[in-house]
Amino acid sequence: MIQDAIPAIEVKGLECNYEETTVLKDVSFKVKKSEIFFIIGGSGCGKTTLLRNMVGLIRPVAGEVLFNGQSFTNADSANRRNMLKTFGMLFQSGALWTSLTLAENIALPLEEYTHLPADEIRNIAAFKLAQVGLTGFETHYPSEISGGMRKRAGLARALALDPSIVFFDEPSAGLDPVSARLLDELIVQIRDTFGTTIVIVSHDVDSIFGIADRAIMLDRTAKGIIAEGRPSDLAEKSDNPMVVEFLTRRAHRAV
Amino acid sequence: MPESLSPASARATSRTEGALLAVDLEGPWRLDQDTPRWTALIAGAKPASVRLSADGVSHWDTSLIAFLGEAQLWCKESGVACDIAPLPPKMRLLSSQFEEALRTRGQEDHSTSLVVEVGVATGFLLQQYRNFLQFVGECWIDTTRLVSGKAGLRWGDCVAEMQRCGAMALPIVSLISFLVGVTLAYSGSIVLKRFGGEIWVADLIGVAMTREMGCLMAAVVLSGRTGAAFAAEIGSMKANEEIDALSTLGISPIRFLVMPRVLALGLMMPLLAMYANCLGILGGMAVAFATLDIPPAAYWVEMLTIVTVQDIAVGLIKAVVFGLIVGLTGCLRGLEAERNASGVGRAATSAVVTAILLIIVADALFAVIFNFMGL
Repeated sequence: MIQDAIPAIEVKGLECNYEETTVLKDVSFKVKKSEIFFIIGGSGCGKTTLLRNMVGLIRPVAGEVLFNGQSFTNADSANRRNMLKTFGMLFQSGALWTSLTLAENIALPLEEYTHLPADEIRNIAAFKLAQVGLTGFETHYPSEISGGMRKRAGLARALALDPSIVFFDEPSAGLDPVSARLLDELIVQIRDTFGTTIVIVSHDVDSIFGIADRAIMLDRTAKGIIAEGRPSDLAEKSDNPMVVEFLTRRAHRAV
Repeated sequence: MPESLSPASARATSRTEGALLAVDLEGPWRLDQDTPRWTALIAGAKPASVRLSADGVSHWDTSLIAFLGEAQLWCKESGVACDIAPLPPKMRLLSSQFEEALRTRGQEDHSTSLVVEVGVATGFLLQQYRNFLQFVGECWIDTTRLVSGKAGLRWGDCVAEMQRCGAMALPIVSLISFLVGVTLAYSGSIVLKRFGGEIWVADLIGVAMTREMGCLMAAVVLSGRTGAAFAAEIGSMKANEEIDALSTLGISPIRFLVMPRVLALGLMMPLLAMYANCLGILGGMAVAFATLDIPPAAYWVEMLTIVTVQDIAVGLIKAVVFGLIVGLTGCLRGLEAERNASGVGRAATSAVVTAILLIIVADALFAVIFNFMGL
């Protein structure tokens, strides 16, 4: 695979707070183009906080985030809007707008960012829904479909503008193992088709070994990255017992 | 990569080679820029077969796939042979998927008939009526359990609600009832001046505030301030499955959520109405002093000649009932809310509208009843 010299995402010396407490300090890592990159760690280690900092929902206390070598943290509002357009995010429970149908949910970003005529937007919405296996559900409301379907619809919405980076917050949370594996397959398929860079926050060990190219592991007490690399290498070669225990699913504390 | 040769924007050119229409796509295809559409390109033409190629495309995304997919669908529907072999395999796959998605998508059903609409609306009304009766019934059962000592009330919650809906509503109740007093005094004096009876402004305001306006103003303020808040709070709790969590624990949502709130409003509303009475009379007194030269002492003495304890009691009884109406409608609308964001908004709106409607109706009923009783 050809890798460009400039990483798709670069995080430099990021410090994140959750309310008043510092959760992460001096976090730096790079994500290559078209890579499936996992951010893993136990509950409360700041995975989701890191993700929310990366997509700009929270302003980092210190440090910066760069997309394709361009600073996102320090971008002016016009640049920021342009950069936001190039990434999609799938929230933990889908975060679909409940007052809109699935097709309207996908149409909204297209209406906001493109000048496409209404019938073409409808066609594209039907296509995006078909890509996540939801053909025929265009006129359904989010409350009328199951949790797994809501997640897939959320993914279709995240993909509406053909983003170059897609962020996932706990994609397999609340899904049965079969649906979770199907979602993993879909993620790989999207990466293979569009060359999308994928960043996933997860603690689902099966997903990590199934689809991750690389992963970083965060820890609550270290307030930062305690391991980085390919999941299989981490599980076999890491000298940090916490990493090995997490990836081989043994409880690492008696608490 | 012939990127330097390709045009600056997306282009679709067609050539006729006998019965074949050859369509060449070129340039960068981006969703956020204007791209050609198949429907515009094909308009009117009727080739025997179509060949699609995309050799000159420098960048592409879903906009190109949409073009190809729409082209394929058009060919299929008009029975024209479509040759997509010149396209790269990935484009071929995606455009076929696009075409399939268009063919198999759910059809929107916009058809409505008057009979269906009327039926649905009637069913909805009946359902609302049943919900209301059921809610009142459940409240009654929980009240009897409470009175007979079989179930406790969360007094802590009740006191907190009393502070929120009572004490914290004082500023707005003060302002509104003072201004109502002022307005009544001005409009009353217009009539009373005609026969030199300015002093009777005190009687007018005294009776109007104590019997009607005090409790009515307090109720209107609280239905907007507290009733809507109850509906929104309980509605979002329902959307968040918190009500279900209570039910699975065997805790009655009525006892846990509704009773403390309704009780708090029922207790606070007479106090607020009493307070509103005082402020309204004060407002009238201020206008009387400033524009009619009636000293406050004279105003006060004149007012006491007509306002009796009965008048005040009438106002307070109504206030208790209005308080219960505001609390009950707020909680009922919250519990009925749909489990989504707009459902919560509708619940809050509906709580205010229903409460004000019921308050006015109840006020009219009270007027008839008290008249009959000679109060």
